[in-house]
Amino acid sequence: MTRDVAVLGAGMHPWGKWGRGFVEYGVAAARAALEEAGADWRDVDSVVGADTVRAGYPGYVAGATFAKALGWQGARVTSVYAACASGAQAISTARAQILAGLADVVLVVGADAAPKGFFRPAGGDRPDDPDWLRFRVLGATNPAYFGLYARRRMALHGDTLEDFAQVKVKNAASGALNPNARYRSPVSADDVAASAVVADPLRLLDICATSDGGAALVLSSMEYARRHGAASPVRIRAVSTVTPSYPNTVLDLPDIATDSAVGKEPEGPGFRGSIARAAYEEAGIGPEDLSLAEVYDLSTALELQWYEDLGLCAAGEAAKLLREGATAPGGRIPVNPSGGLASFGEAVPAQAIAQVCELTWQLRGTTGARQVAGARVGLTANQGLFGHGSSVVAVR
Amino acid sequence: MARTSTPVVAGWFTGAGEDFRLLGTECPACSSVFFPREDGMCRNPGCACDDLVEVPLSRRGRVWSYTDARYRPPAPYVSDPELPWEPRALVAVELAAERIVVLGQAALGVSVSDLDIGMEVEVVAGVLDEEGDEDTGTAWTTWHWRPTGVTA
Repeated sequence: MTRDVAVLGAGMHPWGKWGRGFVEYGVAAARAALEEAGADWRDVDSVVGADTVRAGYPGYVAGATFAKALGWQGARVTSVYAACASGAQAISTARAQILAGLADVVLVVGADAAPKGFFRPAGGDRPDDPDWLRFRVLGATNPAYFGLYARRRMALHGDTLEDFAQVKVKNAASGALNPNARYRSPVSADDVAASAVVADPLRLLDICATSDGGAALVLSSMEYARRHGAASPVRIRAVSTVTPSYPNTVLDLPDIATDSAVGKEPEGPGFRGSIARAAYEEAGIGPEDLSLAEVYDLSTALELQWYEDLGLCAAGEAAKLLREGATAPGGRIPVNPSGGLASFGEAVPAQAIAQVCELTWQLRGTTGARQVAGARVGLTANQGLFGHGSSVVAVR
Repeated sequence: MARTSTPVVAGWFTGAGEDFRLLGTECPACSSVFFPREDGMCRNPGCACDDLVEVPLSRRGRVWSYTDARYRPPAPYVSDPELPWEPRALVAVELAAERIVVLGQAALGVSVSDLDIGMEVEVVAGVLDEEGDEDTGTAWTTWHWRPTGVTA
């Protein structure tokens, strides 16, 4: 029995700082995905929304919010929140419903309208909330954690600021070719070096912005796809949404301390590595099979970290892989051909869905100037707050 | 009179001067240490203990990594909007005995140029922010990391 689900359609509302509500972005993305799928909204059995915490109640019940905006038609509804992995959990939910035979056609939607500047916790005094505490007690913004990881890589592996800048240069060049990206101008290493330091050693152009945007997918059973003329659709073969293993010895957002390794010896590849490993195992592939990867480059240095966590190279060799051009367009394993978060900025609940939109279009061969030649297998990787992460494998 | 000193979070640290220590909890069954303190169940999935005991953490550790905040952090971080923002270093410190990494602000006056990965630092009492007037206000206290090579 196949465990694949078909991607009938993908759609986005372009990323930017548009100043409108998240519902508008989500509905635009949903309509684009439905149109690409050749499906009528009324044919959708189930709608799964990825929530935003920045828009009050409608954001907490995003599935219903989008369903109402598209016109109530009686579909089953689910809303999920998993920080930066919300979009992937929405895909995971849709896939589970399809594979369980509960739904034939599922619409997955995520959208956000982000504030200017740093992400911050919701209002009110909440001393039991680690996310509130790290701001109150330490003033530790998300870029502060990115700065810690970057500095550690420099000390451990000899990465340089120039290496980090070259990640931005690579991703900006791809983003310039992507009509859905927010930033569409080439960036030079000098531009990165001239931008302000935000969290030492990282500069403004090393760190992804916060953006407005929306992304959607129409997923179906393979049988439904065949019945409706999609003989060889892009297929989702794996969705990894694993949690960390105790003790988690890397200081992850939004924690003030790691787990202690005194009571139990750390095992396995670490959290990010375990996210990828579960996806590889579920899909029955390895890193050598990938045509491309879309990874969560919240910072330039984090993109390098992902190369190692995905097994594209050995630990400590990410900068070498970058310098060789292996992850650039035309390289052995292009990473972030969409332009990545460097070119999009993060629209939290939409971002992991947007990664799968890019895989879909790359695997169909419809991305024009940023096309990875002969793409057959793509993988996404993402990590967010509170032990969330995801990896999706799509094949053609 | 002076402002009343109050810990920004109750139960996370204790003492003053040389006796200042971070407070965590320890599992008597598996020896896992928790900071911030875990007062319910042990989070080691192979341990069923639910009777954690308070324990002071090592005073000294080594820098795991460091960074700084060049821009004013948003609320609930408290800073005087009337004053220009002064970059503040953040230090993640590995405590050898507890095998844990604990993040904290660096002591006032310590910048990223004073820090290196692997450098020895010690925990010291510090003031996070002050509110109200000199007589009736509150000084919110916290922990800071300070290189042991620095005397102040």
